[in-house]
Amino acid sequence: MHPIRAFRATVLNVSASGASLIALAPIYIVFVNALKTQPEASSMGVELPVNPQWGNFGTVIDQGKLVTAFFNSMLYSFGGTVLAVLLSALAAYVLARHRTKRNQIIYLLLIMGIAVPTNFVTLMKVMQITHLINSQIGMVLLYAATQIPFSVFLIYAFLDSVPKELDEAAFIDGCSPIRTFISIILPMLTPVLVTCGILSILNIWNEFLMPLYFLNSTDSWPMTLAIYNFFGQYQSDWSLVSADVVLTILPVILIYVVAQRWILSGVSAGAVKG
Amino acid sequence: MKNKVYPTWFAGGALLLFGVFVLLPSVLGLVYSFTDWNAYSDDIHWVGLDNFATVLDPNGDYVSAMQHTVLFTIATTILKTAIALGLAILLTSGVKRLSYLYRALIYLPAVLPILVVGIVFRSILDPEYGLLNSTLQLIGLGGLAQQWLTDVGLTLWAVIGVDTWRGVGYIMVILIAGLLSIPREYYEAASIDGASGLQVFWYVTLPLLKPVLAVTTVLNVLYGLRVFDMVFVLTNGQYGTSTVYTMVFDNFSRGLYGVATALSTLFFLVMVALGYVVIRVMRRGEVA
Repeated sequence: MHPIRAFRATVLNVSASGASLIALAPIYIVFVNALKTQPEASSMGVELPVNPQWGNFGTVIDQGKLVTAFFNSMLYSFGGTVLAVLLSALAAYVLARHRTKRNQIIYLLLIMGIAVPTNFVTLMKVMQITHLINSQIGMVLLYAATQIPFSVFLIYAFLDSVPKELDEAAFIDGCSPIRTFISIILPMLTPVLVTCGILSILNIWNEFLMPLYFLNSTDSWPMTLAIYNFFGQYQSDWSLVSADVVLTILPVILIYVVAQRWILSGVSAGAVKG
Repeated sequence: MKNKVYPTWFAGGALLLFGVFVLLPSVLGLVYSFTDWNAYSDDIHWVGLDNFATVLDPNGDYVSAMQHTVLFTIATTILKTAIALGLAILLTSGVKRLSYLYRALIYLPAVLPILVVGIVFRSILDPEYGLLNSTLQLIGLGGLAQQWLTDVGLTLWAVIGVDTWRGVGYIMVILIAGLLSIPREYYEAASIDGASGLQVFWYVTLPLLKPVLAVTTVLNVLYGLRVFDMVFVLTNGQYGTSTVYTMVFDNFSRGLYGVATALSTLFFLVMVALGYVVIRVMRRGEVA
């Protein structure tokens, strides 16, 4: 009946699945090679492992100090995120609601942080002066600071859709500002806070430069730095490197599978309004 | 009354962290750029513009790192935008079934740690064992097999390629949102007027997508100029792939803090100028 249309639909579907395949292939390769023996994995081929080596994961967890690294990454991602999202929500709330000249300047200053690069060298100086270098608390505070600009930007924009009458009514009823914020505004902000939170957790989990500059003790390294170090030592053993990669990206993939709707909408919400 | 309902101290926490970890280092950068600050001596002396002269020496390594950075930025911006636009149109108007699944899969590389992507591609691009060269040989294109990560003329392009693979899904997701926000009536009107597919793209899609393309361009440029992780793990800045940030790290690890700061500060000033543009673009997006 419509051979041309059928042909066109086939071509389009093949292109889309082709593109998906190209996106997935390297991830697939890592997963199959993580279960191979060292000689089998030397070419990082696409074949399935002959005899799955589940022991690779144990070796890597042990040799790569992954347990400590995992908990460090959890601490930095969740600690930094909770702090960043909470402080950003507080700031965005007053800046969006009370648009004086001064508050507008503060807002612009904060979101400038999305664009300007960090000066790592003088940041090291600041970390030394504040005694936050080589410290886990320092890392949490630093990571929180890096996530504030974009979170403020997203929450500020979202506040347009939260009616101002709510806070005014609460004030007239005698609610303190902090009480109004906690029991009225925060619940209304839930969708944008979840988006900010997930994006921030992923950003911090994947980040690598801050610990590279500011943490010299292996005990406080996150997953990214641990795998970088492991890769340096075991470069020739692709089965173990793959196993390490799998363990590092597994949490990220899990979060992505569960929360992809928030992630995909959050990513575009920053760029496309409406 | 407004000050009572919306106390300014609510912004204090965010401002404090931002001030200490972002603003203060930038301000200190302006000062330390003019000194010989280094890891080997406690005395710090003024050296005037010496560091900037080093960094801006036309025959020096720094200028070539800046050139690599600019080339990387332009190439990844064009490649990601073109491919992402093609995919976005394919997934919004070409493919009906499974389009959400395709979108989620193509975005997946963008959520992975860049460092890990680099490690995996170190293996894929290995000249002897790597999947890329062996696949090329398998399909009879062995002549195209290359020393991807050590050939000086080629390596930067290999890095650009890997980074495009990683980042294209991110740009695609934004463009899809942009495409879906174009009102259907425009397309209906165009089809009533008998416009061809190419004409629709040129006269309807592209002009209406311009604000979103501006945003993705800004995001690509900001990312490109700051690139570090990908280069660091793929080549460690060797074979003609050094960038501004790998040079900063290089000087930092050699203890040459003054030079590293001067380079950072120069870069900071360029980015502040760009940041001003970003805010204008984003605010325009907010009004629209």
